[in-house]
Amino acid sequence: MLFTSLVFAGSLVAGLLGALTGLGGGVVLVPLLTIVFHVDIRYAIGASLISVIATSSGAAAAYVREGFSSVRIGMFLEIATTFGAVFGAFLSGHVPTKWLAIIFGLVLLYSAWLSWQQARHPDAPYTGNNPWSDRLQMSGSYPDGRGGVCEYTVTHIPGGFATMFGAGTLSGLLGIGSGAVKVLAMDRIMRIPFKVSTTTSNFMIGVTAAASAGIYLKRGYIDPGLAFPVMLGVLGGSLLGARYLVKAKVSLLRNVFTLVILALGIEMIVNGFTGKS
Amino acid sequence: MGRLLQAGVLFASFVVLTGGFLYLRANAGHAADFHTFTSEPADLRQVTQLMHLFIHGNPAAVIQTGILLLIATPIARVLFAVVGFAIERDRLYVVVSLIVFAVLMFSFFH
Repeated sequence: MLFTSLVFAGSLVAGLLGALTGLGGGVVLVPLLTIVFHVDIRYAIGASLISVIATSSGAAAAYVREGFSSVRIGMFLEIATTFGAVFGAFLSGHVPTKWLAIIFGLVLLYSAWLSWQQARHPDAPYTGNNPWSDRLQMSGSYPDGRGGVCEYTVTHIPGGFATMFGAGTLSGLLGIGSGAVKVLAMDRIMRIPFKVSTTTSNFMIGVTAAASAGIYLKRGYIDPGLAFPVMLGVLGGSLLGARYLVKAKVSLLRNVFTLVILALGIEMIVNGFTGKS
Repeated sequence: MGRLLQAGVLFASFVVLTGGFLYLRANAGHAADFHTFTSEPADLRQVTQLMHLFIHGNPAAVIQTGILLLIATPIARVLFAVVGFAIERDRLYVVVSLIVFAVLMFSFFH
């Protein structure tokens, strides 16, 4: 009972911070469960994956209605992420758990670096011409918030597709949404406007996670006793976070969260090498 | 479509919450151990047996059913996209969404 309440409280905070900073709750959840609660990393990954599906499907709904996310770009790239996710889920059964911890730590360090960068260098939208963007019907527009619309085209589709396969593999291997890698593929490589890429990524995460969830379930990674406080906690936290997104001082919070992720990443790598996790 | 997703998540959460209360009531005395990995019992990993336990009100099975409903939500979304693209007569994206759906099905029934 005490354990369940503590896990619920921890997941609530993880979901809240994940939503406020846009980094997602999954990244801190697995380190929290393994380092603080001494949960086996396979159970932690299973529970985290479930919470990822819950938050992604819950949050994506609001954005699709407002016309920010592109269903076509998302669906096209989901081919890459779902194949990657199945591949990653198969891998996770064969990779020793200490390596899972080390890879997870590296992903955390990368997320921290990305979040630190993003606060400083906003990208300009791509205005060039790419025939494949039109052929695959990926060019589009989104409301600019002043009553008008912003047009955009997409570039470097093969590179984005390949990166998405990597994002899917990480998601299936570590039970995270790997939103950071998805945004990297769409923002930096395919040059999709930030608003479109973050919301599209959000709605792809649930489908990607569902692709590895079936395999996790069959392998017994998803324990009901652990998954239920984690899922409800993260979902509650992220819904709260989304509601207060506008009011909170995000920049300070983001910096603090970045430091936390950095510390957790180092801790997971050290634990992986010393074989404690 | 957005509404449907949210309704799916809400319904799944409700089932998980109900199962959670039952689970806590049943396991009030002893602390759970997640420190060592033992995999889950086969009953909780197969849909047919899961349904059997669910009808008997087994708390773990109720939670697991809620989790299955949750996983089904994004899968349903892909299916609706197939229908949506078909109505728009967009053959390319009907095929694209069908590929995604096939991968999802493979993950469950391989």
